[in-house]
Amino acid sequence: MATIAAVIASTHHPFYLKASTATGEDRPPFADEWQAKIESFRETLTRARPDILVMVGSDHFHQLWLDNMPQFLIGKAPVYDANFYNEEREFGLPRMVLRGNEELSGYLLREGIDAGFDLAFSNELRVDHSITCPIITLRPQADLPIVPVYTNIFAPPMPQPSRFVALGQALRQMVEAWPSDQRVAIIGTGHLSLELGGPRQFGPHGPDPEFDRKAVEWIATGDLKSALAEVSLDSLWAPGNATHGFMDFMLMMGVAGENVPADYADSLDLFHTMEAYFTWYPRGGMGGDEI
Amino acid sequence: MSKYLLNKFLYTVDRDPDLVERYREDPRGTVAWWEAEQANLILNCHQGERSTWLAFEDPEREALGAHDYPKLFELGAHPFLTLTLYIAMFERDYDEPLAFQREYATRLSHWQLPYPDIAT
Repeated sequence: MATIAAVIASTHHPFYLKASTATGEDRPPFADEWQAKIESFRETLTRARPDILVMVGSDHFHQLWLDNMPQFLIGKAPVYDANFYNEEREFGLPRMVLRGNEELSGYLLREGIDAGFDLAFSNELRVDHSITCPIITLRPQADLPIVPVYTNIFAPPMPQPSRFVALGQALRQMVEAWPSDQRVAIIGTGHLSLELGGPRQFGPHGPDPEFDRKAVEWIATGDLKSALAEVSLDSLWAPGNATHGFMDFMLMMGVAGENVPADYADSLDLFHTMEAYFTWYPRGGMGGDEI
Repeated sequence: MSKYLLNKFLYTVDRDPDLVERYREDPRGTVAWWEAEQANLILNCHQGERSTWLAFEDPEREALGAHDYPKLFELGAHPFLTLTLYIAMFERDYDEPLAFQREYATRLSHWQLPYPDIAT
């Protein structure tokens, strides 16, 4: 059976590449600390020695549109082109090409549909910064095949938070049961409190530091009970109008397991939004399967 | 009210570099052209298979034509789409980083929760 080498949950901040590569007067004052935290976080994936990355993210109205909007979608393609013109324009993100793993994609689609998730699929998917940001932060050589899993955290009506958790739990079980000798890392990115296009955007901190504090605690301790009790589709508007991206963190809490504390947890209070980084090693140790 | 069509305008303009410039320079002309020629295109279908029913209401056409992003927020346009396109058009006019984004927030600062419904 396949090995889950690491489970990783992270924010995805599209300005990291620009900030971390800026020099001289262009380099923001927070860039050194941010870069050091990212490089430390990257090491948690590197030492897990993954062969394949299952990447959970959300299309930001790039390829998926309101005339045909899937709630959950898995890419099944040999190759994924990545990043779009408007991400190049606004964030300075480069065009990228990532390899796929159609065998794992096909397996997750079949097993996931049979488990009660009516998953959409795409045989030609251009992935966006929700997937390339964690590639840039965690695996900048972009050398591993990916299986993209897209969720709708953007366009109401969205699935309930409990559904994200359930899909995460199913992903964990399915990958563990995959008849393969591959080492799979499951990586998902979302947001803590976040406002985009509203009056609370681009403040000195995230729009709701109290929500962020609680959310980081839920994730770091695997406290799904509290997260599910306090978070609803309606409640997520309050911390910031783009905070439904937190449901991708809840999906990853489902992957990591209830009440399983993260083996690595870090955060960084930035302008605009709080960054947060978590890694679990399901097989123990600090790199996977030493135990 | 057609929040969907507002979003479709923002989405299709934002992803086309030429249209971004055209909308910046000639908002009313671009909106009129888009409504006449593009609004009823089904994005993933052959161009011959058009919709027949999509049109702006007057306040929507006016908000787009006036570059009035606070009004677009009020009308329930998706805030991410509005923000992304308006950054592309107007960030360049400001000297300080994020100055446009902060002015944008200030111009919406009279809003309290709940914000206008963005469901389509």
